[in-house]
Amino acid sequence: MEENKIKKNNLSLQLNVDDFVPATADEKLSIVKERESVSFFKDGMRRFRKNKIAMGALIVVLIILFLAFIVPIFYPYSYDVQMKGAERLAPMQYSEAELELIAQGEKVFPHILGTDQNGRDYAIRVMMGARVSLTVGIVASALILIIGATYGAIAGYFGGKIDLFMMRIVDMLYTVPDVLIIILLASTLKYPLEKLSTLPGFSWITVIGPNMISMFLVFGLLYWVGMARIVRGQIMILKQSEYVTAAKALGAGNGRIIRKHLLTNCIGTLIVTTTLQIPSSIFTESFLSFLGLGVQAPMPSLGSLASNALNGMQSYPLRLFAPAFMIFIIILSFNLLGDGLRDAFDPKLKN
Amino acid sequence: MGKYITKRILLAIVTAFVVASATFFVMNMVPGGPFLGEKAVTPAATKALEAKFGLDKPLSEQYLTYMEDLLHGDLGISVKKRGRTINQIIATKFPVSAKLGGIAIVLAFCVGVPLGSYAAFHRGKIIDNLIILFTTAGIAIPSFLSSTLLMYIFSAKLGLLPSKGLDSFASYIMPVVALALYPTAYMARLMRSSMLDVMGQDYMRTARAKGVSEVKSIFKHALRNAILPVVTYLGPLMAQLMTGSFIVEKIFTIPGLGHEFVGAITSRDYPLIMGTTIFLAVFLIAMNVIVDILYAIIDPRIKLK
Repeated sequence: MEENKIKKNNLSLQLNVDDFVPATADEKLSIVKERESVSFFKDGMRRFRKNKIAMGALIVVLIILFLAFIVPIFYPYSYDVQMKGAERLAPMQYSEAELELIAQGEKVFPHILGTDQNGRDYAIRVMMGARVSLTVGIVASALILIIGATYGAIAGYFGGKIDLFMMRIVDMLYTVPDVLIIILLASTLKYPLEKLSTLPGFSWITVIGPNMISMFLVFGLLYWVGMARIVRGQIMILKQSEYVTAAKALGAGNGRIIRKHLLTNCIGTLIVTTTLQIPSSIFTESFLSFLGLGVQAPMPSLGSLASNALNGMQSYPLRLFAPAFMIFIIILSFNLLGDGLRDAFDPKLKN
Repeated sequence: MGKYITKRILLAIVTAFVVASATFFVMNMVPGGPFLGEKAVTPAATKALEAKFGLDKPLSEQYLTYMEDLLHGDLGISVKKRGRTINQIIATKFPVSAKLGGIAIVLAFCVGVPLGSYAAFHRGKIIDNLIILFTTAGIAIPSFLSSTLLMYIFSAKLGLLPSKGLDSFASYIMPVVALALYPTAYMARLMRSSMLDVMGQDYMRTARAKGVSEVKSIFKHALRNAILPVVTYLGPLMAQLMTGSFIVEKIFTIPGLGHEFVGAITSRDYPLIMGTTIFLAVFLIAMNVIVDILYAIIDPRIKLK
């Protein structure tokens, strides 16, 4: 008590014990920041949600995914069942057999888009076509993501002669006319793969179809160069950051730094580039299917459906319009979604 | 500058060589060979045919012969179109494709660049949004869709334009529009964003501050800088138009190289597929080199790289 009464000298180094009492809950609250800290992902999502066009595109993409992957499971018709007497039906028209069933009081699901020349329900074929196209687009983009990101990260991280050598290869692949090579490989790989599928253990090839495999091969071989270039550029900037030096000083290996620090920090670029890759893969797939180098019958793809509809364009324009519209909507919505993601997660990449 | 050009050309030569070699080996991976599918060919006749085209020799020897011929500019003989060299086929078919593609490029450039710039100058207004709408839709339509839809509307329904061949001016309209739609939209997008970028630069403000007229500042300062990304795109565009023209030529039955190439694939005419691939590849690689050099000339800053 007595000590407290002594007037404290301002210059005294003597400490006041009261200053070291643990803070009460109230005091703690006042220190908490006014706003909760936002993670990178949350921040991006908040910006993304404000973008009306991108949100619209996201909803359309979800609807298309639902149509392509969920609806066919419940759909009363199958894409490869040929119904006799139900050939070339107009939309919402019933075949004679079905009309009889209806007369008997049974319910028959309408052919929303009619049937094709073999009596297959066209709506389900378009949906299955969308499924095939989307699968190709997504798998191809995943392949490109894995190969491109790994390659670009290695080149960018090590730099110097390794980078020079690796990027020369990329430059070379960049000038290779890709569609030519795709057509060439797709048309030539078909036969070796068909032969391979007859061997034991390779029967899965027939399930996917040799054309699809050669398509994936080509995507894996050629299309990753764009991704590799973008990732390399990012890594070259990121590797100079302090946290990389810190990780190195703590004894982290090269592999760990690339995986844990560098690639996770360009996740925005990776998401955006992959999303924008999906429509461009679908573009190429529909183009190849249109040329007859895509999926195998009876499996439909949007490109092959459009190609088959070409001959009967005069009398059955809907058969052309339905897959055409589907391709247009898929590519458009993925493009808009990718643009939106880019604006949200990677504002620097804008333009 | 000289060093840069030499480097680009050397790289291009290596690329061309790799493409040619890869094409050769890919073609030879296929079992059977080109004469397998033909009807009523006795084994002896197949042997004789293979001997005639040198297919009975070991692969390495075939490769050397092919490469030697290639260096002399000889792409070989078509196995399905008897008695015609691939050089002849390319010489007659390529000009048709090149003309079509060339017109499409000029159209895309002349429409896309002004469209994109116009949108940038009127940023945020209705016209800008309309142009964005058009270009976003334009890059979502593959050329086979635009061609078939054009054909359906103008040929099948309205009967205004011929659906086949390239005989008259009118018959050029649809193929050219179908080919040019995507690049026009793409160039307009590129131009709009790079023009917006340039307009925010300090030198534009400086130009305006020193009293340069609006027209002069646009043409002398903005356009020249903003057009660079479009120039870079011209190289890949050639590739796109060449390959896009496969489809367009098939749909409109145009006797061009693309049509020939697709036909060669279906008839498995290997020398013709190879010859066309190598020819187009070399052509495109050369175009890329020219565009790169052009780019370095337009933008002197590039030299430093």
